[in-house]
Amino acid sequence: MLDEFCASHGVETSFIRLLEEHGLIEIIIINQTLCVPTRELPRLEQIVRLHQELNINLEGIDAINNLLQRIEDMQDEIIKLRNKISFYEEEDK
Amino acid sequence: MEFIDYYKVLGVDKNATPEDIKKAYRKLARKLHPDLNPNDKEAHKKFQQLNEANEVLSDPEKRKKYDQYGKDWQQAEQFENARQSQQRSQGFRRETFSGDFEEGDFSDFFRSMFGDMGDYRQRQTKFRGEDYNAELQLNLTDVYRTHQQVLTVNGKNIRITIPAGVENRQKIKIKAHGAPGINGGPNGDLYITFHIANNTKFKRDGNDLQTTVDIDLYTAVLGGEITIDTLDGKVKLTVKPGTQNGTKIRLKGKGFPVYKKEGEFGDLIVIFQIKIPTNLTEKQKELFEQLSKLSS
Repeated sequence: MLDEFCASHGVETSFIRLLEEHGLIEIIIINQTLCVPTRELPRLEQIVRLHQELNINLEGIDAINNLLQRIEDMQDEIIKLRNKISFYEEEDK
Repeated sequence: MEFIDYYKVLGVDKNATPEDIKKAYRKLARKLHPDLNPNDKEAHKKFQQLNEANEVLSDPEKRKKYDQYGKDWQQAEQFENARQSQQRSQGFRRETFSGDFEEGDFSDFFRSMFGDMGDYRQRQTKFRGEDYNAELQLNLTDVYRTHQQVLTVNGKNIRITIPAGVENRQKIKIKAHGAPGINGGPNGDLYITFHIANNTKFKRDGNDLQTTVDIDLYTAVLGGEITIDTLDGKVKLTVKPGTQNGTKIRLKGKGFPVYKKEGEFGDLIVIFQIKIPTNLTEKQKELFEQLSKLSS
């Protein structure tokens, strides 16, 4: 539940609503209660840390999220390419 | 135990004002914060040093002690006693970032000079626990299907689901299964890197598998039906008449499962290797000679 998350992380509900307005996270309603989907929790916690600890505004967080996603995609690509190299190295043996 | 130059860590000189220190700390924290450097142990280490440097230099008492004793910090016991009595009557307001920072991450140098931070921490921020890294050795056939496995990490059993199609060297994050948080902070995460050994005759290229199948000369020339192995069992395959050595055929959906896409599979690439008959009988040799004459 959104209220529980806000209480445990020391943030205002309005801040989370703002994140939703900026399209940074998704909020769902279950039994007329605002909730954060479980899959969104790690990202939301990260956003809260970046905002509280580094004073990064929402536009900055959005940019960081995009760049981190690109890094992750590139790391996946590196793994695939390394495996591909292994595939051809095996073939040469 | 090594002396740590906290001024150097923060990149400021010894006459830096509290504002300079704060500014330098914020700037470096933005660069080294663990959330901005996922899986970068070096950045995490530097971030911890940075926090430590800030802890000392942003606190007038600690800074005074550090400046006064410097490399001779081991003789600073008396100063520590004085500081503790003074701290009881006045609090300091300092900022500290969480990330992977935890009590055990203070350097020996810091602990030797300033003691442990138990009392201070209880009044301060919650700290996220340390991330754990583990490696898991699996066979290729293990990751052909999604399965569950129980891992023992730091004495605790954790049941994890390993999705079919996981790549060799791929790292997955198991949320909140790292070290416990400090002062009620969240647990760290557990990162598992898979090392997948190929225990099959198939070569893996992403979601595709590749295999070489021997066919005899007669089947290659005249065509026919053969049975080949796949990871999912045997399949029948039609060989076209006049098949050349090294011909590749693609069997759709007979390769490896696509990671986290249930029911989707890559292809199996079959390479035909034609075996030329050896040790021919006289009769066979004669027939090949006749064939040869017919062809010329």
